[in-house]
Amino acid sequence: MDKRLPDLATAVARIEDGARLMIGGFGSAGIPFGLIDALLDHGAKGLTVISNNAGAQETGIAKLLKEGRVAKVICSYPRSPGSIWFERRYEAGEIELEVVPQGTLAERIRAAGAGIGGFLTPTAYGTLLAEGKETRVIDGRGYVMELPLHADVALLRADRADKWGNLTFHGTARNFNPVMASAAKYAVAEVRELSDVPLDPERVVTPGIFVQGVVEYGVRP
Amino acid sequence: MNSLTDAQLAARVARDIPDGSYVNLGIGKPTHVSSYVPEGREIIYHSENGIIGVGPTPPEGEEDFEMIDASKRYITTAPGAAFFEHADSFAMMRGGHIDIAVLGAYQVAENGDIANWATLDEKFPPAVGGAMDLVVGVPTIFVMMRHTNRDGTPKLLRKCTYPLTGLAIVSRVYTDLAVLDLAPEGFRLVELTPGNTLEEVQALTDAKIHS
Repeated sequence: MDKRLPDLATAVARIEDGARLMIGGFGSAGIPFGLIDALLDHGAKGLTVISNNAGAQETGIAKLLKEGRVAKVICSYPRSPGSIWFERRYEAGEIELEVVPQGTLAERIRAAGAGIGGFLTPTAYGTLLAEGKETRVIDGRGYVMELPLHADVALLRADRADKWGNLTFHGTARNFNPVMASAAKYAVAEVRELSDVPLDPERVVTPGIFVQGVVEYGVRP
Repeated sequence: MNSLTDAQLAARVARDIPDGSYVNLGIGKPTHVSSYVPEGREIIYHSENGIIGVGPTPPEGEEDFEMIDASKRYITTAPGAAFFEHADSFAMMRGGHIDIAVLGAYQVAENGDIANWATLDEKFPPAVGGAMDLVVGVPTIFVMMRHTNRDGTPKLLRKCTYPLTGLAIVSRVYTDLAVLDLAPEGFRLVELTPGNTLEEVQALTDAKIHS
Protein backbone atom coordinates (compact mmCIF):
# COMPACT_ATOMS: atom_id res chain seq x y z
CA MET A 1 0.00 0.00 0.00
CA ASP A 2 1.34 3.43 -0.94
CA LYS A 3 -0.78 6.57 -0.51
CA ARG A 4 1.97 9.02 -1.43
CA LEU A 5 1.09 11.39 -4.26
CA PRO A 6 3.65 13.06 -6.52
CA ASP A 7 2.33 16.62 -6.24
CA LEU A 8 -0.47 18.90 -5.03
CA ALA A 9 -2.16 19.01 -8.45
CA THR A 10 -2.62 15.22 -8.40
CA ALA A 11 -4.05 15.47 -4.89
CA VAL A 12 -6.92 17.77 -5.97
CA ALA A 13 -7.44 16.48 -9.53
CA ARG A 14 -10.56 14.49 -8.61
CA ILE A 15 -12.46 17.44 -7.08
CA GLU A 16 -15.53 18.15 -9.23
CA ASP A 17 -17.69 21.25 -9.61
CA GLY A 18 -20.27 21.37 -6.81
CA ALA A 19 -18.23 19.13 -4.50
CA ARG A 20 -18.75 19.18 -0.73
CA LEU A 21 -15.37 19.99 0.67
CA MET A 22 -14.06 19.88 4.23
CA ILE A 23 -11.04 22.08 4.88
CA GLY A 24 -9.07 21.63 8.11
CA GLY A 25 -7.68 24.48 10.17
CA PHE A 26 -8.49 27.04 12.83
CA GLY A 27 -7.09 30.56 12.58
CA SER A 28 -3.62 30.26 11.09
CA ALA A 29 -3.03 26.68 12.30
CA GLY A 30 -3.54 23.49 10.33
CA ILE A 31 -4.80 25.07 7.11
CA PRO A 32 -3.79 23.19 3.93
CA PHE A 33 -2.66 26.31 2.07
CA GLY A 34 -0.83 24.28 -0.59
CA LEU A 35 -3.85 22.12 -1.44
CA ILE A 36 -6.13 25.17 -1.56
CA ASP A 37 -3.77 26.91 -4.01
CA ALA A 38 -3.71 23.75 -6.13
CA LEU A 39 -7.52 23.65 -6.04
CA LEU A 40 -7.61 27.24 -7.33
CA ASP A 41 -5.41 26.23 -10.25
CA HIS A 42 -7.54 23.13 -10.80
CA GLY A 43 -10.60 25.36 -11.23
CA ALA A 44 -13.47 23.51 -9.51
CA LYS A 45 -16.39 25.83 -8.68
CA GLY A 46 -19.79 25.85 -7.02
CA LEU A 47 -18.14 24.31 -3.95
CA THR A 48 -19.67 23.81 -0.53
CA VAL A 49 -16.92 24.54 1.99
CA ILE A 50 -17.16 23.05 5.48
CA SER A 51 -14.59 24.62 7.79
CA ASN A 52 -14.43 26.43 11.12
CA ASN A 53 -13.67 29.86 9.64
CA ALA A 54 -14.25 31.46 6.26
CA GLY A 55 -10.73 32.68 5.57
CA ALA A 56 -8.91 35.92 6.20
CA GLN A 57 -7.05 38.44 4.07
CA GLU A 58 -6.17 36.95 0.66
CA THR A 59 -5.12 33.45 1.70
CA GLY A 60 -6.70 30.00 1.95
CA ILE A 61 -10.49 29.92 1.88
CA ALA A 62 -10.56 33.70 1.38
CA LYS A 63 -8.86 33.15 -1.99
CA LEU A 64 -11.52 30.60 -3.02
CA LEU A 65 -14.19 33.15 -2.06
CA LYS A 66 -12.41 35.95 -3.89
CA GLU A 67 -12.24 33.87 -7.07
CA GLY A 68 -15.94 33.04 -6.85
CA ARG A 69 -15.51 29.26 -6.43
CA VAL A 70 -17.71 28.90 -3.36
CA ALA A 71 -21.51 28.54 -3.39
CA LYS A 72 -22.04 27.73 0.29
CA VAL A 73 -20.09 27.98 3.55
CA ILE A 74 -20.88 25.79 6.57
CA CYS A 75 -18.88 27.06 9.54
CA SER A 76 -19.03 28.27 13.14
CA TYR A 77 -17.18 31.57 12.90
CA PRO A 78 -17.17 33.21 9.47
CA ARG A 79 -16.20 36.62 10.82
CA SER A 80 -12.52 37.01 11.73
CA PRO A 81 -10.18 39.96 11.61
CA GLY A 82 -9.60 40.43 7.88
CA SER A 83 -12.39 38.15 6.60
CA ILE A 84 -13.12 40.71 3.90
CA TRP A 85 -13.87 38.27 1.07
CA PHE A 86 -16.41 36.35 3.09
CA GLU A 87 -18.11 39.58 4.15
CA ARG A 88 -18.12 40.94 0.60
CA ARG A 89 -19.67 37.77 -0.90
CA TYR A 90 -22.15 37.46 1.97
CA GLU A 91 -23.35 41.07 1.72
CA ALA A 92 -23.74 40.74 -2.03
CA GLY A 93 -25.89 37.62 -1.48
CA GLU A 94 -23.50 35.54 -3.57
CA ILE A 95 -23.01 32.76 -1.04
CA GLU A 96 -25.21 30.76 1.25
CA LEU A 97 -24.17 30.58 4.92
CA GLU A 98 -24.98 27.89 7.49
CA VAL A 99 -23.72 28.81 10.96
CA VAL A 100 -23.23 25.80 13.23
CA PRO A 101 -22.03 25.96 16.85
CA GLN A 102 -18.41 24.83 16.84
CA GLY A 103 -18.87 21.75 19.00
CA THR A 104 -21.89 20.69 16.99
CA LEU A 105 -19.88 21.16 13.79
CA ALA A 106 -17.10 18.90 15.12
CA GLU A 107 -19.58 16.31 16.40
CA ARG A 108 -21.63 16.27 13.16
CA ILE A 109 -18.41 15.59 11.30
CA ARG A 110 -17.42 12.94 13.86
CA ALA A 111 -20.86 11.33 13.52
CA ALA A 112 -20.46 11.09 9.75
CA GLY A 113 -17.06 9.45 10.12
CA ALA A 114 -18.25 7.10 12.86
CA GLY A 115 -21.40 5.90 11.12
CA ILE A 116 -23.78 7.62 13.55
CA GLY A 117 -27.16 8.64 12.11
CA GLY A 118 -27.63 11.68 14.35
CA PHE A 119 -27.27 12.72 17.98
CA LEU A 120 -28.88 14.81 20.71
CA THR A 121 -26.90 17.79 22.02
CA PRO A 122 -27.89 20.41 24.59
CA THR A 123 -25.98 23.01 22.56
CA ALA A 124 -28.25 25.67 21.02
CA TYR A 125 -31.42 24.33 22.68
CA GLY A 126 -33.94 27.17 22.90
CA THR A 127 -31.95 29.43 20.56
CA LEU A 128 -32.32 30.61 16.97
CA LEU A 129 -29.86 27.92 15.79
CA ALA A 130 -32.24 25.16 16.94
CA GLU A 131 -35.24 26.53 15.04
CA GLY A 132 -36.92 23.94 12.84
CA LYS A 133 -34.94 21.10 14.40
CA GLU A 134 -36.30 18.14 16.30
CA THR A 135 -35.89 18.47 20.08
CA ARG A 136 -36.28 16.16 23.07
CA VAL A 137 -36.33 16.60 26.83
CA ILE A 138 -34.39 13.93 28.74
CA ASP A 139 -34.30 14.02 32.55
CA GLY A 140 -35.56 17.60 32.43
CA ARG A 141 -32.91 18.84 30.06
CA GLY A 142 -33.55 20.00 26.49
CA TYR A 143 -31.60 18.56 23.55
CA VAL A 144 -31.45 19.31 19.83
CA MET A 145 -31.27 16.55 17.22
CA GLU A 146 -28.31 17.08 14.89
CA LEU A 147 -27.47 15.12 11.75
CA PRO A 148 -24.12 13.90 10.43
CA LEU A 149 -22.14 16.06 8.03
CA HIS A 150 -20.47 14.16 5.19
CA ALA A 151 -18.12 15.42 2.50
CA ASP A 152 -16.82 14.28 -0.85
CA VAL A 153 -13.30 15.45 -0.15
CA ALA A 154 -11.33 16.61 2.91
CA LEU A 155 -8.26 18.80 2.46
CA LEU A 156 -6.00 18.45 5.49
CA ARG A 157 -2.73 19.74 6.88
CA ALA A 158 -0.49 17.52 9.03
CA ASP A 159 3.10 17.52 10.22
CA ARG A 160 4.37 14.10 9.15
CA ALA A 161 2.97 11.13 7.24
CA ASP A 162 4.17 7.70 6.13
CA LYS A 163 3.16 5.87 2.96
CA TRP A 164 0.26 4.20 4.77
CA GLY A 165 -1.34 7.62 5.40
CA ASN A 166 -0.70 7.71 9.15
CA LEU A 167 -0.50 11.33 10.35
CA THR A 168 1.08 13.25 13.20
CA PHE A 169 0.48 16.92 13.95
CA HIS A 170 2.22 19.92 15.45
CA GLY A 171 0.82 22.05 18.28
CA THR A 172 -2.69 23.41 17.80
CA ALA A 173 -2.75 22.36 14.14
CA ARG A 174 -4.78 19.22 14.90
CA ASN A 175 -8.06 21.09 15.35
CA PHE A 176 -10.57 19.78 12.75
CA ASN A 177 -8.05 17.80 10.67
CA PRO A 178 -8.31 14.36 12.35
CA VAL A 179 -12.12 14.35 12.55
CA MET A 180 -12.52 15.58 8.96
CA ALA A 181 -10.25 12.81 7.73
CA SER A 182 -12.84 10.29 8.88
CA ALA A 183 -15.88 11.99 7.35
CA ALA A 184 -14.90 12.41 3.68
CA LYS A 185 -14.95 9.82 0.89
CA TYR A 186 -11.49 11.05 -0.12
CA ALA A 187 -9.23 12.65 2.49
CA VAL A 188 -5.91 14.03 1.34
CA ALA A 189 -3.27 15.64 3.56
CA GLU A 190 -0.40 17.95 2.74
CA VAL A 191 2.39 17.27 5.20
CA ARG A 192 5.57 19.05 6.21
CA GLU A 193 7.51 15.83 5.82
CA LEU A 194 6.87 12.44 4.24
CA SER A 195 8.68 9.83 6.27
CA ASP A 196 10.54 7.05 4.45
CA VAL A 197 10.08 4.77 7.41
CA PRO A 198 6.81 3.88 9.18
CA LEU A 199 5.73 6.42 11.83
CA ASP A 200 5.93 5.23 15.41
CA PRO A 201 2.48 3.67 16.01
CA GLU A 202 2.48 5.11 19.55
CA ARG A 203 2.66 8.62 18.12
CA VAL A 204 0.16 8.36 15.25
CA VAL A 205 -2.74 10.79 15.79
CA THR A 206 -4.82 10.00 12.68
CA PRO A 207 -4.59 6.36 11.59
CA GLY A 208 -3.98 5.89 7.87
CA ILE A 209 -7.27 4.04 7.33
CA PHE A 210 -8.98 7.47 7.32
CA VAL A 211 -6.57 8.96 4.77
CA GLN A 212 -6.55 8.28 1.03
CA GLY A 213 -3.64 10.45 -0.07
CA VAL A 214 -0.59 12.25 1.32
CA VAL A 215 1.62 14.78 -0.41
CA GLU A 216 4.71 16.56 0.84
CA TYR A 217 4.45 20.34 1.09
CA GLY A 218 7.25 21.62 3.28
CA VAL A 219 6.26 25.26 3.21
CA ARG A 220 5.07 26.46 6.60
CA PRO A 221 2.91 29.60 6.52
CA MET B 1 -19.14 57.31 38.59
CA ASN B 2 -16.02 55.20 39.17
CA SER B 3 -15.24 52.75 36.41
CA LEU B 4 -12.64 49.94 36.45
CA THR B 5 -10.21 49.77 33.54
CA ASP B 6 -10.15 46.54 31.50
CA ALA B 7 -7.00 45.49 33.38
CA GLN B 8 -8.59 46.15 36.79
CA LEU B 9 -11.68 44.26 35.72
CA ALA B 10 -9.57 41.28 34.57
CA ALA B 11 -7.75 41.31 37.93
CA ARG B 12 -11.09 41.39 39.79
CA VAL B 13 -12.34 38.31 37.87
CA ALA B 14 -9.02 36.50 38.42
CA ARG B 15 -9.44 36.84 42.21
CA ASP B 16 -12.54 34.61 42.06
CA ILE B 17 -10.91 31.72 40.19
CA PRO B 18 -9.88 29.06 42.74
CA ASP B 19 -6.58 27.20 42.74
CA GLY B 20 -6.68 24.05 40.62
CA SER B 21 -9.44 25.20 38.26
CA TYR B 22 -9.71 24.30 34.58
CA VAL B 23 -10.78 27.54 32.90
CA ASN B 24 -11.84 28.60 29.40
CA LEU B 25 -11.39 32.28 28.57
CA GLY B 26 -13.57 33.72 25.82
CA ILE B 27 -12.38 35.92 22.98
CA GLY B 28 -11.69 39.59 23.75
CA LYS B 29 -11.52 41.06 27.27
CA PRO B 30 -11.65 37.66 29.06
CA THR B 31 -8.29 36.60 27.56
CA HIS B 32 -6.60 39.16 29.85
CA VAL B 33 -7.72 37.36 33.02
CA SER B 34 -4.78 34.91 32.84
CA SER B 35 -2.32 37.79 33.37
CA TYR B 36 -3.74 38.55 36.83
CA VAL B 37 -3.91 35.22 38.63
CA PRO B 38 -2.96 35.76 42.29
CA GLU B 39 0.36 34.22 43.23
CA GLY B 40 0.36 30.66 44.51
CA ARG B 41 -2.60 29.48 42.41
CA GLU B 42 -2.27 27.00 39.54
CA ILE B 43 -5.00 27.60 36.97
CA ILE B 44 -5.05 25.49 33.81
CA TYR B 45 -6.39 27.25 30.73
CA HIS B 46 -8.25 25.41 27.99
CA SER B 47 -8.50 26.81 24.48
CA GLU B 48 -11.20 25.36 22.23
CA ASN B 49 -8.83 24.93 19.29
CA GLY B 50 -7.10 22.03 20.99
CA ILE B 51 -4.89 22.78 23.99
CA ILE B 52 -5.21 22.44 27.72
CA GLY B 53 -2.40 24.28 29.52
CA VAL B 54 -2.10 27.52 27.56
CA GLY B 55 1.13 29.31 28.50
CA PRO B 56 2.23 32.92 28.07
CA THR B 57 2.81 34.77 24.79
CA PRO B 58 6.13 33.76 23.19
CA PRO B 59 9.00 36.24 22.96
CA GLU B 60 9.17 38.16 19.70
CA GLY B 61 10.74 36.11 16.93
CA GLU B 62 9.68 32.79 18.48
CA GLU B 63 6.04 32.83 17.31
CA ASP B 64 4.77 29.60 15.74
CA PHE B 65 1.83 29.81 13.29
CA GLU B 66 0.62 26.46 14.57
CA MET B 67 0.63 27.51 18.25
CA ILE B 68 -2.34 29.81 18.77
CA ASP B 69 -5.33 30.22 21.10
CA ALA B 70 -9.02 30.71 20.25
CA SER B 71 -8.42 34.45 19.76
CA LYS B 72 -5.74 33.49 17.20
CA ARG B 73 -2.99 34.96 19.41
CA TYR B 74 0.38 33.23 19.61
CA ILE B 75 0.85 31.11 22.73
CA THR B 76 3.28 28.73 24.40
CA THR B 77 2.57 25.67 26.51
CA ALA B 78 2.45 25.65 30.32
CA PRO B 79 3.82 22.66 32.27
CA GLY B 80 1.31 19.82 32.07
CA ALA B 81 -0.11 20.91 28.72
CA ALA B 82 -1.74 18.57 26.19
CA PHE B 83 -2.90 18.90 22.59
CA PHE B 84 -6.03 17.28 21.14
CA GLU B 85 -8.42 17.48 18.21
CA HIS B 86 -11.72 19.36 18.04
CA ALA B 87 -14.21 16.62 18.92
CA ASP B 88 -12.22 15.93 22.12
CA SER B 89 -11.92 19.64 22.86
CA PHE B 90 -15.68 20.09 22.73
CA ALA B 91 -16.23 16.93 24.76
CA MET B 92 -14.29 18.73 27.49
CA MET B 93 -16.51 21.80 27.12
CA ARG B 94 -19.91 20.17 26.62
CA GLY B 95 -19.20 17.24 28.91
CA GLY B 96 -18.80 19.26 32.11
CA HIS B 97 -15.03 18.84 32.48
CA ILE B 98 -14.18 22.54 32.56
CA ASP B 99 -14.89 24.34 35.83
CA ILE B 100 -15.28 27.98 34.81
CA ALA B 101 -15.76 29.90 31.57
CA VAL B 102 -15.29 33.67 31.37
CA LEU B 103 -17.23 35.19 28.48
CA GLY B 104 -17.96 38.59 27.03
CA ALA B 105 -21.58 39.49 26.25
CA TYR B 106 -23.79 41.95 24.43
CA GLN B 107 -26.59 41.45 26.96
CA VAL B 108 -27.37 39.52 30.16
CA ALA B 109 -30.92 39.17 31.49
CA GLU B 110 -32.05 38.89 35.11
CA ASN B 111 -33.00 35.22 34.61
CA GLY B 112 -29.39 34.42 33.59
CA ASP B 113 -29.94 34.42 29.81
CA ILE B 114 -26.94 35.58 27.78
CA ALA B 115 -26.74 37.03 24.25
CA ASN B 116 -23.26 37.25 22.77
CA TRP B 117 -23.26 35.84 19.23
CA ALA B 118 -25.60 37.80 16.98
CA THR B 119 -27.14 41.23 16.79
CA LEU B 120 -30.31 42.22 14.94
CA ASP B 121 -28.31 43.69 12.07
CA GLU B 122 -28.87 41.29 9.17
CA LYS B 123 -26.00 42.72 7.13
CA PHE B 124 -23.61 41.61 9.86
CA PRO B 125 -22.99 37.86 9.51
CA PRO B 126 -23.51 35.97 12.78
CA ALA B 127 -20.56 34.09 14.29
CA VAL B 128 -21.25 31.69 17.14
CA GLY B 129 -17.93 29.85 17.53
CA GLY B 130 -17.83 27.77 20.72
CA ALA B 131 -20.00 30.02 22.91
CA MET B 132 -23.15 27.88 22.80
CA ASP B 133 -21.19 24.74 23.70
CA LEU B 134 -19.51 26.44 26.68
CA VAL B 135 -22.73 27.76 28.16
CA VAL B 136 -24.45 24.37 28.16
CA GLY B 137 -21.46 22.43 29.48
CA VAL B 138 -19.52 24.57 31.95
CA PRO B 139 -21.14 24.75 35.39
CA THR B 140 -19.88 28.25 36.28
CA ILE B 141 -20.24 31.00 33.69
CA PHE B 142 -18.69 34.37 34.53
CA VAL B 143 -19.55 37.29 32.26
CA MET B 144 -17.13 40.17 31.99
CA MET B 145 -18.27 43.32 30.19
CA ARG B 146 -18.91 47.06 30.29
CA HIS B 147 -21.99 47.90 32.35
CA THR B 148 -23.60 49.81 29.46
CA ASN B 149 -23.23 50.16 25.70
CA ARG B 150 -21.17 53.04 24.33
CA ASP B 151 -24.33 55.11 23.91
CA GLY B 152 -25.20 54.56 27.59
CA THR B 153 -28.06 52.09 27.00
CA PRO B 154 -28.13 49.19 29.46
CA LYS B 155 -26.70 45.71 28.84
CA LEU B 156 -28.16 44.22 32.05
CA LEU B 157 -31.78 43.73 31.12
CA ARG B 158 -35.08 42.30 32.26
CA LYS B 159 -35.10 40.35 28.99
CA CYS B 160 -32.48 40.06 26.22
CA THR B 161 -33.48 41.59 22.89
CA TYR B 162 -30.69 39.95 20.84
CA PRO B 163 -30.74 36.24 19.87
CA LEU B 164 -29.79 34.13 22.90
CA THR B 165 -26.60 32.12 23.27
CA GLY B 166 -27.78 30.25 26.35
CA LEU B 167 -30.77 30.16 28.69
CA ALA B 168 -30.53 30.89 32.43
CA ILE B 169 -26.86 29.89 32.73
CA VAL B 170 -24.94 32.99 33.87
CA SER B 171 -23.54 32.68 37.42
CA ARG B 172 -22.02 36.12 37.95
CA VAL B 173 -21.50 39.35 35.99
CA TYR B 174 -18.41 41.55 36.41
CA THR B 175 -18.74 45.05 34.99
CA ASP B 176 -16.66 48.19 35.32
CA LEU B 177 -19.23 49.49 37.84
CA ALA B 178 -20.24 46.47 39.95
CA VAL B 179 -20.20 42.72 40.52
CA LEU B 180 -23.62 41.03 40.46
CA ASP B 181 -24.71 37.45 41.12
CA LEU B 182 -27.57 35.80 39.27
CA ALA B 183 -29.90 34.74 42.09
CA PRO B 184 -33.42 33.25 41.94
CA GLU B 185 -34.85 36.77 42.35
CA GLY B 186 -32.60 38.28 39.66
CA PHE B 187 -29.43 40.39 39.83
CA ARG B 188 -28.07 40.47 43.40
CA LEU B 189 -25.39 42.98 44.35
CA VAL B 190 -22.04 41.46 45.38
CA GLU B 191 -20.02 44.65 45.40
CA LEU B 192 -19.85 48.12 43.92
CA THR B 193 -16.71 49.55 42.39
CA PRO B 194 -15.48 51.75 45.28
CA GLY B 195 -17.04 55.20 45.18
CA ASN B 196 -20.24 54.15 43.37
CA THR B 197 -23.67 54.00 44.97
CA LEU B 198 -26.37 51.42 44.30
CA GLU B 199 -28.70 54.20 43.10
CA GLU B 200 -26.16 55.35 40.48
CA VAL B 201 -25.58 51.82 39.18
CA GLN B 202 -29.30 51.00 39.25
CA ALA B 203 -29.97 54.04 37.05
CA LEU B 204 -27.77 52.45 34.35
CA THR B 205 -29.40 49.01 34.67
CA ASP B 206 -32.71 47.99 33.07
CA ALA B 207 -33.38 45.13 35.52
CA LYS B 208 -33.75 45.60 39.27
CA ILE B 209 -30.61 45.09 41.37
CA HIS B 210 -31.44 43.33 44.62
CA SER B 211 -29.26 44.04 47.64
